Amino acid sequence: MKLTLVSAAILASSVVPRLGLAQDKIIKVDGSSTVYPITEAVAEDFQGENRGVKVTVGISGTGGGFKKFVRAELDVADASRPITKAEIEECKKNGVEYIELPVAFDALTVVINKQNTWAKNMTVAELKKLWEPEAQGKVTKWNQINPAWPDAEIQLYGAGADSGTFEYFTEAINGKSKASRGDYTPSEDDNVLVKGVEGSKNALGYFGMAYYLAHQDKLTAVNVSWEKNKATKDAVAPTTTNVNNGTYAPLSRPLFIYVNKKSAETRPEVKKFVDFYLANARTLTTEVKYVPLPDAAYETIKSRWAKLQTGTVFGGEAAIGLKIEEILTREAK
Amino acid sequence: MLSTEQVIRRGQMRDRVFSILGVALTILCLGVLAILLVNLCREGLARIDWQFLTTFPSRRAAKAGIFSAWVGSALVMLVTGLTAIPLGVAAGVYLEEYGRRNWFTSLIEINIANLAGVPSIIYGLMALGLLIYKWEDWFGDKTDSIAGLGQSIITGGLTLAFLILPIVIVATREALRAIPQHMREAAYALGASRWQVVKDHLLPYSTGGISTGVIIALSRAIGETAPLVTIGALTYIAFLPPAPFSHTESGQMVGPFAWLSSPFTVLPIQMFNWVSRPSSDDNNFAVNAAAAGIILMLVTLTMNTVAIVIRARVRKKVKW
Repeated sequence: MKLTLVSAAILASSVVPRLGLAQDKIIKVDGSSTVYPITEAVAEDFQGENRGVKVTVGISGTGGGFKKFVRAELDVADASRPITKAEIEECKKNGVEYIELPVAFDALTVVINKQNTWAKNMTVAELKKLWEPEAQGKVTKWNQINPAWPDAEIQLYGAGADSGTFEYFTEAINGKSKASRGDYTPSEDDNVLVKGVEGSKNALGYFGMAYYLAHQDKLTAVNVSWEKNKATKDAVAPTTTNVNNGTYAPLSRPLFIYVNKKSAETRPEVKKFVDFYLANARTLTTEVKYVPLPDAAYETIKSRWAKLQTGTVFGGEAAIGLKIEEILTREAK
Repeated sequence: MLSTEQVIRRGQMRDRVFSILGVALTILCLGVLAILLVNLCREGLARIDWQFLTTFPSRRAAKAGIFSAWVGSALVMLVTGLTAIPLGVAAGVYLEEYGRRNWFTSLIEINIANLAGVPSIIYGLMALGLLIYKWEDWFGDKTDSIAGLGQSIITGGLTLAFLILPIVIVATREALRAIPQHMREAAYALGASRWQVVKDHLLPYSTGGISTGVIIALSRAIGETAPLVTIGALTYIAFLPPAPFSHTESGQMVGPFAWLSSPFTVLPIQMFNWVSRPSSDDNNFAVNAAAAGIILMLVTLTMNTVAIVIRARVRKKVKW
């Protein structure tokens, strides 16, 4: 049985690609679910204007997207964090060169129930106390974080472990990527998190800003203060202005697309797609409720793209609380 | 000592309790289904129109449709049907009519029974390894024309074919077993060969049972999400696979089987995508998801109804 199946599959596969001689031009994009709404909007409008070019956009998560990108299976990878050292190594091994293009900002938003009156402002230290791995099973009540807060059980909601959101939040708050307490309700589906926090007075959760903006009437966003914040020591609200001027730190993060250099050079439709992406990033980003980069930043990025400048400015490290200007003035390593 | 009358009354009593219990449980099951349907319909029925069926997904919920999703579902089912039915029926006929009872066939039987109970995501993992990654190890350089099948319609179709193969085999065997032994003996007595018996008697008699099983298997496959997500079908697709012998922008003719290697999405995945995005009153994806759900339910219920009708017809025709 198994043998029949395998041989049938082999037969089918060897015949299929040859019969499919003339294919339309397909641009393959995959990766972060956070970047997905932006890329989807770009792909939709791009295909509206360019008949005959097809764009597929997948949601495999940033890590999953890079796994395919380093094998040269993708033209563009969506990423909610910079490429890591291991992924850079894989790229080198497979001869894949990439162009790193920041396209927008996302602000991770910590949310509480509308009836919660005490935790509207929190410090990064307080959030760490609540979310660090050592808190597991120990920090379970609000007054354990701050004695002035109620003696009530906290319900925690957060991102699932495969998401870039989880990686960034743990890195920014706990100081180590993927280090988090495990006794909370994780979900890749942010609607679950919204419902959870909405339904319980003592709940706290975190997710991307777009979800908060869609549910502003049901949830309160926590203002976050950070002792390493260069701009201000006050608690800062997650708003477009504060993200853009760099004061909402450390929870705002740049979102990227990584373009395969070979695709960009050899396939005009890929070049055209990325041109279109950068030209329309500002309007489309706003439309899907993310924060666009400053105008000057897009100009710098466009010139980086025009020169097909490869490499990453992060050197495989995570970058926390950086302003976009700092990112753009750095030299690629 | 109980009197005869008391024994009878007690028996009747138990009968009644059991039938009430049975009816209650049936109503409970149907009630859940009804609630689900009513809920879906209340939310999504108004959304279903021609535009919904003929437009591609979009970031604007009101403009989005399921064109690529239902075409994808239909094509994947076509591949699944074309692979699983011949293989499954042939395997069933072999095991029931040809295979000798020995340790090898028992092993196969146990395996098939087990396979029918394996969670569907496992098939997704198998397809990921076997159909997408393994090729490169077998055939080397992936720039070669025989690369992995990728996230294509043929991968999706074969994955679901693996999934329903055990169901098709079991259904075939049961349909064959239902044919009385004397039909076979009569045919052999008249000098028919084994193949003639299978071809002229057993297969025609069991067509009803087999097609019922096949349709139920397919209606399970059409709702499957997990294995397809595993092979990476969760994608934004706003185009249809190329039609055979159509022309691309550059004027080349498309081969008759080019659609097999096209990327795809299917109805349940489109639903999953819509359910998991932020949905507000002015951009309500939840309604789209409900509408797609209604379509999917309709397809499944129609398929099951066809299965029931076929079964009823065949039962009437049975002459032994």
